[in-house]
Amino acid sequence: MNAPLAGYNFAYLDEATKRMLRRTILKAVAVPGHQIPFGAREMPLPYGWGTGGIQVTAAILGPADTLKVIDQGADDTTNAISIRRFFTRVAGVATTERTEEATIIQTRHRIPEAALREDQILVYQVPQPEPLSKLEPRRAETKRLHALADYGLMHVRLYEDIARLGHIAKAYDYPVMVNGRYLMSPSPIPAFDNPKMHRMAALQLFGAGREKRIYAIPPYTEVRSLDFEDHPFRPIRAPQACALCGSRESYLDEVITDDRGGRVFVCSDTDYCGTRVAAQKGVA
Amino acid sequence: MTGALLTAEGLDLHFGAIPALVDVAIGVAEGEVVAIVGESGSGKTTLLRVLSGQMAPDAGTVRWLGQDVHAMGEAARRRLMRTDWGFVHQNPRDGLRLNVSAGGNVGERLMAVGARHYGNIRAQALEWLAKVEVDAARIDDLPRTFSGGMQQRLQIARTLVTRPRLVFMDEPTGGLDVSVQARLLDLIRGLSRELGLSVLIVTHDIAAARLLADRILVMRRGRVVEQGLTDRVLDDPQHPYTQLLVSSVLAA
Ligand SMILES: Nc1ncnc2c1ncn2[C@@H]1O[C@H](COP(=O)(O)OP(=O)(O)OP(=O)(O)O)[C@@H](O)[C@H]1O
Ligand SMILES: [Mg+2]
Ligand SMILES: [Zn+2]
Repeated sequence: MNAPLAGYNFAYLDEATKRMLRRTILKAVAVPGHQIPFGAREMPLPYGWGTGGIQVTAAILGPADTLKVIDQGADDTTNAISIRRFFTRVAGVATTERTEEATIIQTRHRIPEAALREDQILVYQVPQPEPLSKLEPRRAETKRLHALADYGLMHVRLYEDIARLGHIAKAYDYPVMVNGRYLMSPSPIPAFDNPKMHRMAALQLFGAGREKRIYAIPPYTEVRSLDFEDHPFRPIRAPQACALCGSRESYLDEVITDDRGGRVFVCSDTDYCGTRVAAQKGVA
Repeated sequence: MTGALLTAEGLDLHFGAIPALVDVAIGVAEGEVVAIVGESGSGKTTLLRVLSGQMAPDAGTVRWLGQDVHAMGEAARRRLMRTDWGFVHQNPRDGLRLNVSAGGNVGERLMAVGARHYGNIRAQALEWLAKVEVDAARIDDLPRTFSGGMQQRLQIARTLVTRPRLVFMDEPTGGLDVSVQARLLDLIRGLSRELGLSVLIVTHDIAAARLLADRILVMRRGRVVEQGLTDRVLDDPQHPYTQLLVSSVLAA
C-alpha cells in the first residue's frame, strides 16, 4: 500500500460526510431500487466525470481494498485512469485492471463479463437516476408515481417504440423492475448487460452526483427488464466474434482500423479479452 | 337512494368569501346519467372535483359504494380513478398525452392496470377507435394532428377502455362546433347505454341535458336549487332560476 497524500483525510472526504453517505447507502440497500437523496459534496472533478460514483466509492473504501475502474468497459481510458489515480493519491489503495482481483469496481457504461462474487462491490456512475424523467419532468410527480408503483407510463413508452419501429428501441439504460417493486434506471449500460444485474452475487451501488441520489441492488435480488409478453426483452450484441479473442458471448465494440472504412469488432471488456488472449497463447 | 354507487351529503366548500358549494347532496345510481346544469361560476366543476376526490370539501362526505372517498389513501383513490372511474375533461389537452400516439393514449389505462400483451392492447385500442369513430389508420398518429372533435372522441375511448362504472364529464362538448357537439352527444349516449355506464355530466347546454340525462341537478351560487327527473325539471320547472334557464333556451 502506498502512503496517501498528506493533507487529505483517507479517501478525500471527511469522516462526517462519509458517515452521511454510508447512512444513505444503508437506506438504499434496505429499499432495493429506491432512490435516496443525499447531500452531495463538491468533488475535485466536474459532474459527468462520475462524481456520484466517486463519492460512493470514497464512502465504502478501506485501506485493504483493491480498486478497479472501468469506463466503456476499458481500464485505460482517461476517465478511468484519472479516477484510479485520484484514489491512489488520496487513499493509497491498491488498484488493478483484473476483475477477479478487485474488491470494489467503479464503472461507467459496462458490467464486467466475468461473474462477480459476494466479496465484490460494483459502483455505478449515474448521470440520470430517474427512469421516468423523460416521460414526467416534475420531480414531485415522479416521486408519487414511485410511491404508488404507478408505472403504466413506462410501458406506454415501450408500446410507442413497438408501434413505430416494430421493436423496443432502447439499447442503453433499459429500465428494470427491482425486487418486483421499484422501477430503476440501470445507468447507461447496454441492455445486453441487464441480465447480469439479476441475482448478482455482488452488491450493486449507484451514485448520481448532479442529481444527488444513491440507490442499490443487494446481492441476489430479482432484477427484471421491462417488456411485453409477446415482445420479450432480448439482450442484443453484434453477431460477430471478437477479432482478438474470438468470443461470441461478450459485448463488442466496433473499432475503426484505418481511414478507408476498415473496422473490426472487439470485446469492450478489455480485461476479459486480454485474459482470454493470454490463455490462448499459453496453450499454444 | 337505492342502488346508489356514489352518494354525497352536506358538501360545503368556500374559496375565501365565495361559496362554491353550499350543503350539496347528490346520488348517482348504477347506469344512471345525471346532468349538472347552471350558470358560469355556480360551482359545477368544483362539485365534480370534490365528488371525484380531487379536492377536499370543507364539510360533508362523498361515498363510493359506501366508502368515504376523502378518507381513503391517495393510492386507493388513484386506483379508483383508473379502474372504476373515468374523467373526461372539457379540454382534451388536459385528458390526453399529446406526445403519445392515439393507440398509446387508449392503451395507457390498460397498461396501468397490468396489461402486458402488446397485441391485445393494440387490438383493444383498435376496437375502441372504431367505437368512437376514429379511423383505424390513425392509430399511430399523434393526437396533436387530430381535430378538436376527434381529440374529444379519443379522450372518451381512452377513458372507457377499462370499462369504468362511473364517468365524470366536465362540459365534454364545450368549445366544439354545434354539428360536432351533436355527434359527440349521440356517441356518449350510445356508449353509456351499451356499457350500462353511470355518467355525471356538467353542461351549460339544456338541450344536451335533455338528450342524455335521466336526472338533472340545477346549481346556482353553490346550491342545488332544484333536482328531479329530466322531463319533469325541464317541462315543469319549480324554481324561478330553473324557469329562467329553460325559458332562455326556448327563447334562443
Ligand atoms: N381554485 C379556486 N380558487 C378560488 N376560487 C375558485 C377556485 N375554483 C373555483 N373558484 C370559484 O368558485 C366558484 C365556482 O367555480 P366553478 O369553476 O366550480 O364554476 P362552474 O360552475 O364550473 O363555472 P363554469 O361554467 O364557468 O365552468 C366561482 O366563483 C369560481 O370563481
Ligand atoms: Mg366549470
Ligand atoms: Zn475479445
